[in-house]
Order: sequence, then C-alpha cells, then structure tokens
Amino acid sequence: MDIVVLVKQVPDSGSERNLDPADNTVARGSADNVVNEIDEYAIEEALQLKEAHGGEVTLLTVGPDSAADAIRKALSMGADRAVHVVDDAIHGACAPQTSAILAAALQQMSFDIVLCGAESTDGQLSVMPALLAERLGIPQLSGARKLTVEGGVARVERQTDGGYWALEAPLPAIVSTWDTINEPRYPSFKGIMAAKKKPVEKKSLADLGIDPSTVGLATATSQVLDFAGRPPKGAGVKVTDEGDGAAKLVDFLATQKIV
Amino acid sequence: MAEVLVLVELNPTGEGVRKTTLEALTAARALGEPSAVVVGGPGAAAAAKAQLAEYGAQKVYVAESEEVDQYLVAPKAEVLAQLVTEKSPAAVVIPSSPEGKEIAGRLAIKTGSGFLTDVTDIAPDGTATQVAFAGATIVHSKVTVGTPIYTVRGNSVTPEPAPGAAEEEQVAVALSDAARATRVVDRVVEQKSSRPELTEASIVVSGGRGVASAENFSIIEGLADSLGAAVGASRAAVDSGYYPHTFQVGQTGKTVSPQLYIAVGISGAIQHRAGMQTSKTIVAVNKDPEAPIFELADFGVVGDLNTVVPQATEAINARK
Repeated sequence: MDIVVLVKQVPDSGSERNLDPADNTVARGSADNVVNEIDEYAIEEALQLKEAHGGEVTLLTVGPDSAADAIRKALSMGADRAVHVVDDAIHGACAPQTSAILAAALQQMSFDIVLCGAESTDGQLSVMPALLAERLGIPQLSGARKLTVEGGVARVERQTDGGYWALEAPLPAIVSTWDTINEPRYPSFKGIMAAKKKPVEKKSLADLGIDPSTVGLATATSQVLDFAGRPPKGAGVKVTDEGDGAAKLVDFLATQKIV
Repeated sequence: MAEVLVLVELNPTGEGVRKTTLEALTAARALGEPSAVVVGGPGAAAAAKAQLAEYGAQKVYVAESEEVDQYLVAPKAEVLAQLVTEKSPAAVVIPSSPEGKEIAGRLAIKTGSGFLTDVTDIAPDGTATQVAFAGATIVHSKVTVGTPIYTVRGNSVTPEPAPGAAEEEQVAVALSDAARATRVVDRVVEQKSSRPELTEASIVVSGGRGVASAENFSIIEGLADSLGAAVGASRAAVDSGYYPHTFQVGQTGKTVSPQLYIAVGISGAIQHRAGMQTSKTIVAVNKDPEAPIFELADFGVVGDLNTVVPQATEAINARK
C-alpha cells in the first residue's frame, strides 16, 4: 500500500507565537518550530497501516528550509522517505493555494491513501483534507478517531459531539485524524539514526509545474490587514480558602449577575 | 440590497436550528439581506422556517433530498456553489463547525473565492475579525477574490431577532458523483447529555487532574448543574480516564469562549489555555497558589476543590 502522510512544521504553541509585522504572515523563522502535534497521530496511523498491509510511507511537507527538521523528526518515527516542497515564492500562500501545491505534489506521487492531522495549531483552519479532496476528486474521510482499510475500502469513525459518524469510501482517499485515534510511538535511537539517511526529495514550484505568480502573498485569496496582541487581562482577585472561599466565589458570581 | 447566503445548521434532534445559525444570520446582516439556505432531508425547511423568519431571513432556499444526508460535506458545498453561480450573492456565511469549515473550504475552491474561518465579527466593508494563536492575537482580514465566504465562530455574535419574510424558493438537488464519494453509513450517539453543548454554553465548569477520579467528577457536574452550565475537562483529566474525550477543552479538544469559565483543579498549561482563554470571565479553584491558571483568572480561590466546590454549589442552589 502506498501511503502518503502530510506533515506540517508549526511554531511551538508553548512558545511565544507571532505574526511578522513586515507582511502580517506567521513568523516561521524562530527556533521553536515543531512537528504539528496531531500530525504525529497521522504518522503513527500510517505506520500501523504499513505494518498491516505492507508498502511504504512517504511524508509530504510544504514549508521553508527549516521544515527539514520536522521532516527528520517524522522520519525517525519510521516513515520511509519524504518529499519537501520548498520555494521562496510560496511565502504567504493562503490555504487554497497551499492545497493547490499539495495537490500538484500528490499528483506526482502514487498513493492509495493520504493521511494527515485534522488540524494544525498555527492556522487552525482544519480544512486541508477537504480542500485536497475537492482538488483531487477523491473522497474525504476527515476527523477520524478510528480507521480500518479492507478490500480497497476505507472505513472511519468520524468524531462528533457525543459520538461518531461511520463513514465509508473506496480508495484512493484522504483521511485526517484526531488525537483519539492511536498512541504515537516514540522514535527509537535506531530510528533517529536511520532517519538521517532516508531520502528527502526537494521540489520547487517549477518541479510541480506551478507558475510562481499564482501563489504567495501577492495573490493570496485572503489577507491579514492588521493585527494586535490581545490586551492582557488585568490582575484578578485571588483569595485563600479559610472556610469562606466558596462564599466569596459565589459573591463574585453575584457581582457578575450570574447568580 | 445585496443578498447574503446563510447556510442553516439544523439541530440534530430534528427540532429547529442550532443557535449558531441564528448567530450567522445576525452577522450576515452587516453585508446585506440574509437568505437562509436549508440543505437537508425532506421536511428540513419546515422544521426551521419559523426561527429563520424570526431572525431575519428574507428568503429561504429549500434544497431537500434524501441523498443530502447520506454523503459527507460535499453535497452541501455543491448546492451552495450552484446558488452562488445562480444568485451572485455578496457573500456566503456559514456557522463554524468541523463540517461548516469543510463546506466553506470546498465552496471556496469550487467558486474560486477566498474564505475566512472562525470569524468573530464581520464589518459592512467585508473586513472580518479573527482570533489567532489561541487568543493571543486579534486579526483583521479580508477576502481578496471571488465571493467572500465566512464561517462564524460560535458564541461570538449575539443573535438578534429581526423581522424576515422567509419567502421559500425550491432548489433542485442533483448531486454529482464527486459529491457522493464518502457515504455516511451511520450516525451514532454515545453520550446523551441534557446539559448544554460545550461550544454553545454561556457557562462552562471544567475539571482537571486535581479532581483525581472519575467518581469525583460528580462534584464538577453538581456545580455545573447549579449554574445550568456545560461540563468540560482538561486533557490531563481525559487522559487519566476521569471524563470522556468529547468534553475535552484545549488544543486537541474543543475551543470555547463562554461568558463564564470555571476551571477546577486545572493548572492552566498552554495546552488547556489554548481552548478557553478568550472566555469573558474566568474563575479558578486550585490548591496550588502558583498555578498558571491564576494569571488568567478574574477571580481565584486557592483551596481544596473537594471543599470549595460542593460548598459553592450549595450556596448557589440556596440562592435560587
């Protein structure tokens, strides 16, 4: 089975994250970049599919040069190879443009199934699988908490409030995963060493047959006009319970007209 | 006046529409006259019409077919794309939800437009306000091409009634093969709750690792019930098995922005804060005076939640 996993490098949400005031894009240059957390679950699911069905796991990333770090970390979990689409002209691309780039890259790869995380922690649009399904004309089975593949058919439990929807579609398809789907393995030392030698193919927009003037900040389908840090909350009131903590809490709620 | 299409999100129970639809109808008024779009099974529009009229829908496009609910997301995007081509609206407004955002994205590709997700406000000139980086940054954005598509974040716009003619227009539904790619074989409810849904509730009471057991979550539920609130749980609590994942608030769970958020036994790690820090009022109860949650809280009690929470519940119930 040919499995492709989309991996995104994002700023660590535990560190300070910023938009670059020069052009209002996400500042990706900082040292605190990580593999998007939920992508690890997609990678793990891919590795489990490979263990069950045989085949290969290829990672696909669109990102600046620094995304190479995320790729190596993801390879160390056990994926076989990676494709890294990198081109200065991509800077500032919107989600529809990014999906066009990913779709072009996928069309140069053979795949039975594409896996990805359901949401990235930087943009939080949670739409890439839908955009790719639309562009590639393949089924989307997004928001999976469980995936089974059998006889060329993918079956997914799509997480909902208080339950799930049972989805079914023939391969090739794109499946996105939540963190309820599995427990990602920790890379072994052997895996980390092996990752250094695994092939990472770099591709530019020209390699994908994409005209640079159709992507990037200048032609993005939406733009950020301005931004500001959220005003910090003023210091609140803190009391220590000496038998009266609950009463004071309820008094506070009364001042807020909650009770 | 310009027409704005508003996709209706029906209540899964079959009765009326979700509150998010009323919020979307209200937000859409900034851009023009809202026309509600009902895409659902036979009879869906009839169940929704009264509310749509009450919240300002001048027209109701009725796109009913058995097939629509049998396939995931794509049918609704296809019907909307058809309407965008036929009616040339000024914009399309969709309630934010996992499905809503996916519909918006697919519609954007179909119509060659830009889209903005989880907007908290739309201005008459089309500029939208969004919150980035889990609440740290407030952003103003605009679509630059095609028919702007917005998804409106729940609990951000206060629904305001307005008179609407709700004049019905039938829309023929003829789904392409591409729209029928993913079959929805079953919809399974595992958790029936009489409490409000997390992302719609005006008050949320959440428990964290400090609650220490699944049984003890009953004190969180007690406080929630005294306030008519939804119950949430931190990732630590969910990972420890104290409460189901569907109630998880945080980076890999739900993002909520209620009027009041009460964090009980929650330390306030970034993973959790990412899901609740834009709540209007935040109250925290924790035995650790240095817990980061207190930096966010408007009111905090340093103490044992096993004492404080039941006492608070009793006091609240006594005031009723």
